[in-house]
Amino acid sequence: MPKKPPSPKLPEAEALLAALVAAMRPHAGPAMALVGIHTGGVWLAQRLHAALGLSVPLGSIDVSFHRDDYASKGMRRGAKGSSIPFDVAAAEIVIVDDVLYTGRTIRAAMNELYDYGRPARIDLAVLVDRGGRELPICARYCAHTLAQPLPASQELVLTRAGDDVSSLLSLQLKDRPNE
Amino acid sequence: MSNIRHNLQLTSHGELQHLLTIEGLPREILTRILDTAAPFTEVAEREVKKLPLLRGKSVFNLFFENSTRTRTTFEIAAKRLSADVINLNINTSSTTKGETLLDTVDNLVAMQADMFVVRHAASGAPHLIAGHLANIGNRHIHVVNAGDGRHAHPTQGLLDMYTIRHYKKDFSQLTVAIIGDILHSRVARSQIHALSILGVPEIRVIAPKTLLPSGVERLGVRVFHDMSEGLRGVDVVMTLRLQNERMQGALLPSPQEFYKSYGLTPEKLLQAKPDAIVMHPGPMNRGVEIDSVVADGAHAVILPQVTFGIAVRMAVMSMLAGG
Repeated sequence: MPKKPPSPKLPEAEALLAALVAAMRPHAGPAMALVGIHTGGVWLAQRLHAALGLSVPLGSIDVSFHRDDYASKGMRRGAKGSSIPFDVAAAEIVIVDDVLYTGRTIRAAMNELYDYGRPARIDLAVLVDRGGRELPICARYCAHTLAQPLPASQELVLTRAGDDVSSLLSLQLKDRPNE
Repeated sequence: MSNIRHNLQLTSHGELQHLLTIEGLPREILTRILDTAAPFTEVAEREVKKLPLLRGKSVFNLFFENSTRTRTTFEIAAKRLSADVINLNINTSSTTKGETLLDTVDNLVAMQADMFVVRHAASGAPHLIAGHLANIGNRHIHVVNAGDGRHAHPTQGLLDMYTIRHYKKDFSQLTVAIIGDILHSRVARSQIHALSILGVPEIRVIAPKTLLPSGVERLGVRVFHDMSEGLRGVDVVMTLRLQNERMQGALLPSPQEFYKSYGLTPEKLLQAKPDAIVMHPGPMNRGVEIDSVVADGAHAVILPQVTFGIAVRMAVMSMLAGG
């Protein structure tokens, strides 16, 4: 059996979320609009929206329609659709996701946002940057960057202990099924 | 024969390769199509009503029988997915010059088509095309049946199921009545198969004997010849278009007579549940199979059917092209 590389110690998701709130608070104005990426990003966006007391209603994005691997992997099951309940042209949008990896999801999310109009500004907030970027994308707000990029065989995911918005969030490391 | 037909629709992994008929499809596939369609309904409300899923794909609408409405909805669905759409009205083109159906298909294969949406007056024409593609080893092109003869109109059946699920949430407690010209209706056949696969416990057909195919009970439906009996307590009323142009000979005295016995009027609708929905696949013959008061009334969901139809066709096309 090949020896697995040692797993990095994962930080507490709740502590990272608190750090993210602190980083974003100085910039939280009446035009700040959060858009969470399904599913982990939506959980985070819900928490951030409440903690920052934002007035623009919360948006959510499902990137299934703009994925660049659709031709090879097909339609992802369980697509949830997007909901952008504000005028993107007037909004200073912050895309919220749990883990930043290749950047392809963020590219797809930006394409999706452009279908609703021309956003005045788009920023990115993530809990963890795991390295491994394949596109020129970086986060304005990032609570934690892993010292060593994770290998492609591993997946870093956010889990939520219950269905309630305030349920405990935590990070988990998993082996990726097909790689 | 029927086994070969059904297998033709699915890949060896059980994914959808073609959509030819609802008959014989597993419930899981029908449910997945309906689930996939749901997020597509929201695309119509965006400033840019376009998604890139079929970008660079060529969809050929092969209409051997005229149908502006169905062709248009397929065209909109394909264009919202960014496909290039080529419309061929073949009854006015090569077949009148003597080219056979499969010659036409071979030519379109040589033009690097990615999908055929086929409407044909002959039952089984889309199967014939799908079988031919398999014979020549082409697994790349997907076929969608947009209505063949009296046989099937699967996307209509699916959009009807989407509509029912949208308003009634769950199929497992419903009583559904299909009224009218069952004999000539590919829509009715697709509806009956879809309803039974999705687990609707009671499916009724209401029609005069002359407009029922023999042995219709074998499809698992209860037959009624009287409207007030058949409509009693139903949750969903599905009216069908009286196919005037197909009415050969004396199956019916006149459209007026039909209206008297089988036209859906507000009075007859009182037999249904108070929250029943009324559906129609369009185009409607007002004053024949449906009264204008019902067609424009609070129970009617006929225009939402049209809207949902685009999302359902987008779902089918994106599942096929991404499979």
